[in-house]
Amino acid sequence: MMDLLIASIFQENLALSFFLGICTFLAVSERIETAFGLGIAVIVVQTITVPVNNLIYNGLLIEGAWAWLGLPDMDLTFLKLVAFIGLIAAMVQILEMALDRYAPALYRALGIFLPLLTVNCAILGGSLFMVERQYNFPDSVIYGFGSGAGWALAIVTFAAIRERLKYSDMPAGLRGLGNAFLVTGLISLGFSAFAGAGL
Amino acid sequence: MTSLMKHISSPLINNNPITLQILGICSALAVTTSLTTAVTMSLALTVVLCLSSAVISLIRRHIPSVIRLIVQITIIASLVIVIDEILQAYAFEISRQLSIFVGLIVTNCLVLGRAEAFAMRNPVLPSILDGLGNGLGYSLILIIVGSVRELLGKGTLLNYTVFTPVADGGWFEPLGLMQLAPSAFFILGLLVWLVRSIWTQQVDVPKFGLKAQRSRS
Repeated sequence: MMDLLIASIFQENLALSFFLGICTFLAVSERIETAFGLGIAVIVVQTITVPVNNLIYNGLLIEGAWAWLGLPDMDLTFLKLVAFIGLIAAMVQILEMALDRYAPALYRALGIFLPLLTVNCAILGGSLFMVERQYNFPDSVIYGFGSGAGWALAIVTFAAIRERLKYSDMPAGLRGLGNAFLVTGLISLGFSAFAGAGL
Repeated sequence: MTSLMKHISSPLINNNPITLQILGICSALAVTTSLTTAVTMSLALTVVLCLSSAVISLIRRHIPSVIRLIVQITIIASLVIVIDEILQAYAFEISRQLSIFVGLIVTNCLVLGRAEAFAMRNPVLPSILDGLGNGLGYSLILIIVGSVRELLGKGTLLNYTVFTPVADGGWFEPLGLMQLAPSAFFILGLLVWLVRSIWTQQVDVPKFGLKAQRSRS
């Protein structure tokens, strides 16, 4: 369990080794506060959606899930994309309403990022990896939290470096997107040093 | 006719989805360890993009704008499921290498972005061409990055040996780093640098900096 947590945060970091959520990663890392807010949002949404998707997949979609209705051959796994996206959208919506009601300060801080998480590939990717690697329910809770935390760690690191680079005098063609890629590459290289680490 | 062709030619370099619009990067980096997967992914994405643009543009007058995102995502997801099943049926090996990344076309910002920005407001034919153009622009980058990574990482192209590696008695020492994640970032970063050095109008205007520096650029 501990190994899974460590692996999902460091070695199998969603942003740096699977390139998931890179669009948001590049777009929302100009300032460290917004990056932090987005990171928290990803951790929360990921920790909820991966286990719930695990329940849906194993309870409704997998082959044989409808055996109690007399339909042992029904295999709905091809519906997983639609089911997961629907669930993620619903979860984000509910979370938004709950935060608006009970934690308005956090809600205002997250602002536009929360709804955008619906189409963030890191969220859907986490659920799809959960299916592909056949995690059980406790594993999926750990994996959801770990992968979200890893993503948050990566974007906060990246935003911190980017703030420092704000005033630097770079070659014109490298300004903006170009140096963002090179910096992310270096962070990713740094993270690959964690390979083989464990507790 | 020339205005129609422009929908295809402009996203290739001048308005490339990856290097300029920053859309759809996630999948672009992950599937480029070899040229075969890069080409398959490009094909899958281009097909989905064309079809989704066509369908969305066809029903654009009937979609209430409040729920348009849900409708768009549902259409895209259905198309992706079809592509995913076809790949699993006819190219199982490649579909296993692509792992979850075919499914992730659903949340690829490029598909949704083009649907929202173009197909919702334009007739069917230009929308299809716009989808095709953006798909080709995306494929171009994927194929360049994929070729570099496979050639330098394994010495092969499409699994045919180009440089004989040392292990088989040749001279080429494969660069292990090219098969790892960081190299994709580096190659794409250098590619963006190259593109922006040639087509200088794409360069970002600096938001901060000394006055003299800003007036110079």
